[in-house]
Amino acid sequence: MSFTESALKLFHLGEGPPDRSKRFAAIGRDLPRVDGRAKVTGTATYAAEWPVENLVHGAVIDSEIARGTVRSIDDSVALAAPGVLAVVTHENAPRLASYPKKGAGFPLTGEGGLGEVRQPLQDPTIYYGAQSIAVIVAETSEQARFAANLVKVEYDVQPPELDMDAASWTTRPTEFSGGEALQRGDESVEKALEGAPVRLEREYENPIYHHNPIEILASIACWEQRGGKDRLLLYDTTRSVDMLRDVVCHSFGLPLDCVHIVSKFIGGAFGSKAWTYHNPLLVALAAKVAGRPLRLEWRRQQVWSIGGHRPAQRHRLRIGAEPDGHMRALHHWTRQHSSMISGYTEYGSRMTKMMYAVPELGFTNELAHLNLPSPSVMRGPGFLTGGWALETALDELASELSIDPIELRLRNYAEIDPDTGLPFSNKHLRDCYDRGKERFGWDARHAKPSTQRIGRDLVGYGMASAMHPAAQQEASATVTLHADGTATARSATHELGNGSYTVFRQIAADGVALPIERVTFDLGDTTFPKAPPTHGSITTATVGPAVLDAATDAIAKLKDLASKDRASPLHGAKAERIEARAGRLHLFGDPATGEDYGTILRRAGVQEVTGKADVKPGLERMRYAFYSFGAVFAEVRVDSDTGVVRVARLCGVYDCGRLINPRTARSQLMGGMIFGLGAALTEETIFDPVNGLPVTRNLADYHVPACADTPDITIEVLNIPDPHIGELGAHGVGEMGTNGVPPAIGNAIFNATGHRLRSLPYTPDKLIKAYRHG
Amino acid sequence: MDEPQTLILKVNGQEYKLRPDSRTTVLDALREQIGLTGTKKGCDHGQCGACTVHLEGERVLSCLLLVEGLAGREITTIEGIADPAGELHPMQQAFIDHDAFQCGYCTPGQIMSAIACVKEGHAGSRMEIQEFMSGNLCRCAAYPNIIEAIEAVRAAVLDPANSIQ
Repeated sequence: MSFTESALKLFHLGEGPPDRSKRFAAIGRDLPRVDGRAKVTGTATYAAEWPVENLVHGAVIDSEIARGTVRSIDDSVALAAPGVLAVVTHENAPRLASYPKKGAGFPLTGEGGLGEVRQPLQDPTIYYGAQSIAVIVAETSEQARFAANLVKVEYDVQPPELDMDAASWTTRPTEFSGGEALQRGDESVEKALEGAPVRLEREYENPIYHHNPIEILASIACWEQRGGKDRLLLYDTTRSVDMLRDVVCHSFGLPLDCVHIVSKFIGGAFGSKAWTYHNPLLVALAAKVAGRPLRLEWRRQQVWSIGGHRPAQRHRLRIGAEPDGHMRALHHWTRQHSSMISGYTEYGSRMTKMMYAVPELGFTNELAHLNLPSPSVMRGPGFLTGGWALETALDELASELSIDPIELRLRNYAEIDPDTGLPFSNKHLRDCYDRGKERFGWDARHAKPSTQRIGRDLVGYGMASAMHPAAQQEASATVTLHADGTATARSATHELGNGSYTVFRQIAADGVALPIERVTFDLGDTTFPKAPPTHGSITTATVGPAVLDAATDAIAKLKDLASKDRASPLHGAKAERIEARAGRLHLFGDPATGEDYGTILRRAGVQEVTGKADVKPGLERMRYAFYSFGAVFAEVRVDSDTGVVRVARLCGVYDCGRLINPRTARSQLMGGMIFGLGAALTEETIFDPVNGLPVTRNLADYHVPACADTPDITIEVLNIPDPHIGELGAHGVGEMGTNGVPPAIGNAIFNATGHRLRSLPYTPDKLIKAYRHG
Repeated sequence: MDEPQTLILKVNGQEYKLRPDSRTTVLDALREQIGLTGTKKGCDHGQCGACTVHLEGERVLSCLLLVEGLAGREITTIEGIADPAGELHPMQQAFIDHDAFQCGYCTPGQIMSAIACVKEGHAGSRMEIQEFMSGNLCRCAAYPNIIEAIEAVRAAVLDPANSIQ
């Protein structure tokens, strides 16, 4: 691996069409993170770190079986240990209402739903290995962890179901999360497949992956009685404060104003830290029993069962094509596992259904319920794995037909969305291919596999398309202008490395025409205007418009104050004749006739004026298909003896609307690409096939990419604002970088070695096997 | 049982009295007793590097270090490296300038490790930096920017016009 050139520095912004939004000064600027100082000095407060008086500590006990019931729990020795205050189990925990069907409007239950339908510590049933079954509460964390070893649990054991193919309970869910269809296809797809002159049928499989953010799940639960009501203050690692509040209120039977959730900084999530809510509920339950504020950090060894994961999947791709590469029919079958108490379906065809102009499209998603922990979304759910299968199959087709892989994709280029028949809102994927081809040096690729060598290493080039929906949801925000010439913006969104504090401050600053130094943005608090979970790469396109509209509303209110004020130089002026610029309101074309915000507010006798906005996606969502696109290129070196794969270079060119902050966006894309590299080469979780307990349960066995694995990375973003996504024209980029990387690497391995690997991750054993057996 | 003795830990030049518990790690003492939460817990068993601090100038994993037996030894944490007047350590500033983090959770450990990496003379090339920074995991994968930040600081250290230690 060489760093002859720091390719990242070449990151470049495309020209884009003329900017409609001339008032943007902070938006689009390459600014350092505004929370950078807090993060580098250790003063950013993460969930487990809030100073709370009279705090006690918790430790969780996990089940040692994967299926059965807890027969008895002997906590007598533990209770007698120094400092132990309580052992909370299903026998003494307060009762909770049954699991809610919805949270913050999202469906949580049912086949295709997102949640784990189980309330913690309510019954003795064990559904999966290392399920949380008791909490020790003690004065110190050392005492709690020690006492956790003193509890004796006996079980009635049943044999767990652990084989996806032999599962006794399988389904074909109809909808994902109450929205997208999970099944499609009829006889015409089969007929077209049968009648096609070229047919390709391949199976691919991916393992279980775990998010493994470096910050582990944690909560601090503080109960108090005030005004005759139970109230809960919960500091949590959640990236969905509003939904967690809904779930807590429902579960404990509390009104909304009695539960306050705070999540100011999240130490990474990648799909975890939402949707499964038994963790914070467990802490709140134990705190109630203990009668003291309780802090609980799960241990790294425990996150394999209780924080969700990307389920293992098997994909069968069937392609019917013409000899020139035009696809006539495409079918994507996926089977995956879920738990016995979740209907989460990571559907593999999310990319297949919309990526290429194929007249006959079909897909099937099967769910096998097993005694494994509940899966959940993970960065690029369905796109990463199903997209890997699709993009690998395309490379196989290109190879069989001796067509260049980019050319094959261009021949099947979708001008309209094959899924809905709608035009795309802002698709420039051709430019991504072109730019990537040039930046990566694709023309130097040897079309014939296994023909390029450097010493012991076989060298290969591969590419893949990437995509991610550019979704939007409802959100609200407030922006307050203060008499001292500053502004404060708020929305209950989250900061998990996505740059929320920075990008929404930029948007608010431009919205109220103030320099960014005089504006703050605050988040992660259920007393703030509502926002959806930070998921699905929606946040910029969802919270951004809310902040911008709230800022516009604040300025409108200020104009109104000035216009009605006889003492103001703007007295009597119509709102549309007044312009906000650099902290002043003045008449259009007449900067001298005006005054600063503070003067207007002070004379009106108010300290502040607050603008509000509730925004939701409009009818344009019915008229266009909203997606981001990308082209990803990889160069690999494969050791011809050991089968070790090293990625020398990754190059990604992305089409994801306007970038609000090129610096934070680049970091997200770059981190996403390395995240994809981990999925491609090193990451895999194993559950014991007999007892169902996690075997991979630490970071020495589960290999997330380390600094030494980092390839030379080139990123280019077209930066063309989406004309149909509001004034900002921005898409989110949280997941885009991850998608497309595993197939680009796998296709490069084929180019290097002539061996096609159809199972992730691409570990040396698989290559050695291929070397031996051809 | 023996009469409990108070444990003393010296952190960033200040002595702290701690509960007597032979199981207490430096990491938990910092986070749960002293109130210095800048040092992070990522795995609590020496695999992720988030808890990296300096013990008399050398990088150590505070989750694997028991408080007992450290009497009189000097621990430095992320809270102790900036100028008391508030000016950031050059490595902290370089991390901001190069966007060498996203969520920020592994960052204090990365910075403590990076300062030591330069001081040890292990920042001679990108590959050397990569090798000697691989004990600090960053799931956001800010690695390319971390490498650049360290290179920038190393270059400044090598510059005789600078007096960065």
